[in-house]
Amino acid sequence: MSDTAIRASSETLLATKAPKRPANMGQILRWLILFLGGIAMIMPIVYMLSTSLKWPHEVYDVNLVPKEPTLDNYRFVLEDGRFYGWFINSLVIATITTICNLFFDSLVGYTLCKFRFPGRYIVFIAILSTLMIPTEMLVIPWYLMSQQFGWLDTYWGIMFPGLMTAFGTFLMKQFFETVPNDFIEAARIDGLNELEIWWTVAMPLVRPALAALAIFVFLGNWTAFIWPLIVTNSVEMYTLPVGLSSFGDEADVAWELIMTGAAISTIPTLVVFLIFQRFIIRGVVMAGLKG
Amino acid sequence: MYRNLSIRQKQIVWAWAFLAVPVLFYSVIRFYPTGNAILISFQDWNLLGKRTWTGWENYIKLVNDPVFWKVFKNTFVYLILGTPISLVISFVIAYHLDKLRFMHGFLRMLYFLPFMTSAVAMAWVWRWFYQPVPIGLFNNLLASVGIPQIAFLNSTTNALPSVLAPAVWAGLGFQIIIFMAGLRAIPRSYYEAARIDGVSNWTVLWEITIPLLRSTIVFIVVFSSIGFLRIFDHVFNMTTNNPGGPLNATKPLVLMIYESAFTNYDMGYAAAQTVVLFLILLAVSLLQLYLLRDSK
Repeated sequence: MSDTAIRASSETLLATKAPKRPANMGQILRWLILFLGGIAMIMPIVYMLSTSLKWPHEVYDVNLVPKEPTLDNYRFVLEDGRFYGWFINSLVIATITTICNLFFDSLVGYTLCKFRFPGRYIVFIAILSTLMIPTEMLVIPWYLMSQQFGWLDTYWGIMFPGLMTAFGTFLMKQFFETVPNDFIEAARIDGLNELEIWWTVAMPLVRPALAALAIFVFLGNWTAFIWPLIVTNSVEMYTLPVGLSSFGDEADVAWELIMTGAAISTIPTLVVFLIFQRFIIRGVVMAGLKG
Repeated sequence: MYRNLSIRQKQIVWAWAFLAVPVLFYSVIRFYPTGNAILISFQDWNLLGKRTWTGWENYIKLVNDPVFWKVFKNTFVYLILGTPISLVISFVIAYHLDKLRFMHGFLRMLYFLPFMTSAVAMAWVWRWFYQPVPIGLFNNLLASVGIPQIAFLNSTTNALPSVLAPAVWAGLGFQIIIFMAGLRAIPRSYYEAARIDGVSNWTVLWEITIPLLRSTIVFIVVFSSIGFLRIFDHVFNMTTNNPGGPLNATKPLVLMIYESAFTNYDMGYAAAQTVVLFLILLAVSLLQLYLLRDSK
């Protein structure tokens, strides 16, 4: 698909005007079925939230609306303190990783896109080829590395593998193609150095791509499981998914508490999504089709 | 000195200055570990003792390990069930959603919402759904209409599809959005021409829509195939009491790697498994390149 087609499709995806058709039975039926399907899609999330508001004795009822809603489960889980710490860990790690990706991925993408220099092609192919290497293959060597340098059970240890991604680099490279070279030349004539050109001229022009990348990186790190599971071993250093996993085991049959923990790790991304919905969907399309 | 350089030479200096840290990162955090993983796969090592060279021994052990073949089969069952099911469901939903205007954004939101959740959290939610009466939602619902209980996670035959379901569910939203973008990219004039010719909707679907969606379909198939081949979070969290159980019925390759390395500390053996995973994923990626080249 060409660039313009992708841009056009991500734009039209959000536009709701289309040729008006008279509502007929077929359309109404289609709407109803899709509506019921959509409700079914969110049922696991709804049940999670509803159970987190139930008293223990009501958990086994299939009713959706709690008879006597309570925030007791949240109070219990948060007073325990661990979830609070895991939440902070996840937030700090996902935020720093996102900022780092935005900076480096766009810097590398920009360099590969706008500079001509010996070695450009080799660097390009080398970074591209890392897309083929699965994380699971690297976790053993990363673990050994972390053990050797004392990175086990530290923020740095959890973060270092994801500070730059080939996916982000290529997404940004694609978008810098849309920045006209004339702008860059003009800035050069005005006496800006290359770093200033990148930061003040090119970066503001690719803001939508930066936002898309930020969403993907943040969500990816917020929900990341296998590497944080391997690299952390003290309870205080767990991220939310790792903490939730260990908490689920420990809580055993206290499903209302497990659902509360699950809700705590899900609500932030859901809220962010509901606020920035159109924006996020556009970002997903851009990242999905271009990256 | 910098001042005496030509514009082109200055560009080279800047480019490499920008790339210095990233090149170091990719060398140390991506390429060196890849080589190291391959190296370890030819060694015997339990993390504490010495690394000793054993040649192909880990691979020979792997080929003769019945658990590995069970796991290998499971991994492909996840792929062979998961990819077509999620492809068909997401296409059907996207195709019909594309034709609706009334509350379009709201419906789209409902379908996309699960994509924003964490696999671990949702694995626990589904695990609760699957519990026997009187705990689990599904069995309670079945009981209320008089259908006998189903053993979801405790059965060697039902456990794998049960674990797969939330993985399919969580990925649908993304695939639907990508499909809808693909559908919108098809020029309307094609449809108008077909309408003037009086072609049926069914023919339009098979002769225009699906052929023109080819690159979208290839992308989604490869993207979800890679996801299912690497399934881990759902399996691990839904079977924490007996990871990959019952009787290895749900164990995928990544879980076997995790257990070999971090439960049994058999690093060489685990590394050999990661090399196998790498080769499988490489084959899928190359297939994608081949199919996409063909379509252009």
